[in-house]
Amino acid sequence: MENRVTKNLYFIPYALWIALFVIAPILLVLYYSFFNIEGALSLENYQKFFTPVYLKMTLSSFWYAFLITAITLLIAYPTALLLTKTRHKYLWLLLLIVPSWINLLLKAYAFLGIFGTYGMANSFLEVIGIGSQQILFTDFSFVFVSVYIFIPFMILPIFNALNELNPTLTDAANDLGASRLTTFWRVTLPLTLDGVKVGCQIVFIPALSLFMLTRLIAGNRVITLGTAIEQHFLVTQDWGMGSTIAVFLIIIMFLFMKLTGSRKRGI
Amino acid sequence: MGNRKTSPLSTLFLVLIFTILYLPIFFLVFYSFNSGGTMYDFEGFTLDWYKELFADTRLLIIVLNTLLIALLSALISTVIGVMGAIAIYSFKNRKTKNTLLSLNNVLIVSPDVIIGASFLILFTMAGIKLGMFSVLLSHIAFCVPIVVLMVLPKLLEMSPTLIDAAHDLGASRWDVMRKVVLPYITPGIFAGFFMALTYSLDDFAVTFFVTGNGFTTLSVEIYSLARRGIALNINALSTLLFLFTIVLVIVYYFITVRNKPTGMGVRR
Repeated sequence: MENRVTKNLYFIPYALWIALFVIAPILLVLYYSFFNIEGALSLENYQKFFTPVYLKMTLSSFWYAFLITAITLLIAYPTALLLTKTRHKYLWLLLLIVPSWINLLLKAYAFLGIFGTYGMANSFLEVIGIGSQQILFTDFSFVFVSVYIFIPFMILPIFNALNELNPTLTDAANDLGASRLTTFWRVTLPLTLDGVKVGCQIVFIPALSLFMLTRLIAGNRVITLGTAIEQHFLVTQDWGMGSTIAVFLIIIMFLFMKLTGSRKRGI
Repeated sequence: MGNRKTSPLSTLFLVLIFTILYLPIFFLVFYSFNSGGTMYDFEGFTLDWYKELFADTRLLIIVLNTLLIALLSALISTVIGVMGAIAIYSFKNRKTKNTLLSLNNVLIVSPDVIIGASFLILFTMAGIKLGMFSVLLSHIAFCVPIVVLMVLPKLLEMSPTLIDAAHDLGASRWDVMRKVVLPYITPGIFAGFFMALTYSLDDFAVTFFVTGNGFTTLSVEIYSLARRGIALNINALSTLLFLFTIVLVIVYYFITVRNKPTGMGVRR
């Protein structure tokens, strides 16, 4: 009996936290999504979401998130693979993670200087003869900076998966006459797919909702679902529509989690 | 064993990745000493931007606020999180356990924008004025699950016979908790506290939603400064933050290294 009492005592603050900050917020977002801008109960927001304007925004948001995830993966996988083969791999891994601890906004700010009209990137383009370009406030700069920010988060789970891979398996494949490429496709990649999935989860979902980068780097040219939510909540004060988009983002998130399988997440 | 050695091409690739990762940071640091006032023409060495930074009392107050919020939220969320982890651990029913864990992970998986927006609704509905208190509450809220995830593996790794032995030897429930369980999970608690601290220090999106007009944290301030364009005191600030981060990483490294002998340490 005493057991139950102490158990409940521990459980109370945590249960309160779950009720107030996990369940209540989701229900409130759902509740608000049924109110139009005049504060009347309606399904107007959901109708609005299925108009070309919002559907196009959702699609482009998806496209950017996909692009960012794909490029990040293409860079991160070889990096992780090479890292596991270096001698002081944990030290290198730590050094790789350090930039991810620097405040995201400072990194974005750095790119304002690098990609600016007279910035380093343009000086470089001048030198190699291409000439100065408008880099900042383009789709390119948005994708570049996003990829830059997500690389460490993608490398980490892939590194862990590769690190746990039993080297005798690749050795066996080699002994049986598989080429290095075949070994990679048939052994290494399938066995580290879980790490790739986790990495994609960590990148894809936030990529749908990066609003500060679209404002700072893309100069409002790129509108993601996150930007739209921020806009509706803090600028136009249309909380209903913002909530509706949030509801769809939550649904997309769940579908994506289901699709990529494991719920396990490395943080 | 030809592929054990890294080829020059792959070394080059790694060097390139590391260069790209660190370039923006060193770029910021480099230009923080530029007397020219821009991020493209380096005219001469100066410490003016640092002087300006330290003369800016408003910014110093913001830094103190940010640290205060981080420490308080890390402390409170560690207490709640440890209790939560123990509660989850003590539930015998597998289904209850899994449900609690899924609920625990909701805030970790959700995009910041949704957490921010939903907390904004919550605080408004509850009549909580936006400002320091709302920021503190939301930071505690998103730090709790991180602490739970850091502490729970330690609990699961602990052999239940330890507790049984303590009971058999006549220890009370409180004694078991204080003398057996808590010391055993201490590395996890520290890691959780530390993680919570860094999450809170780093958060922008959630804070941006729930902060009112009067209260700002460093991230929010940097955002509004950066939107106005380039100002080299931001560079000076980022240099200091970079040094601070390095110190944090070293501390974290020592915590995890110290963990190693007692078990697997924190799995990242």
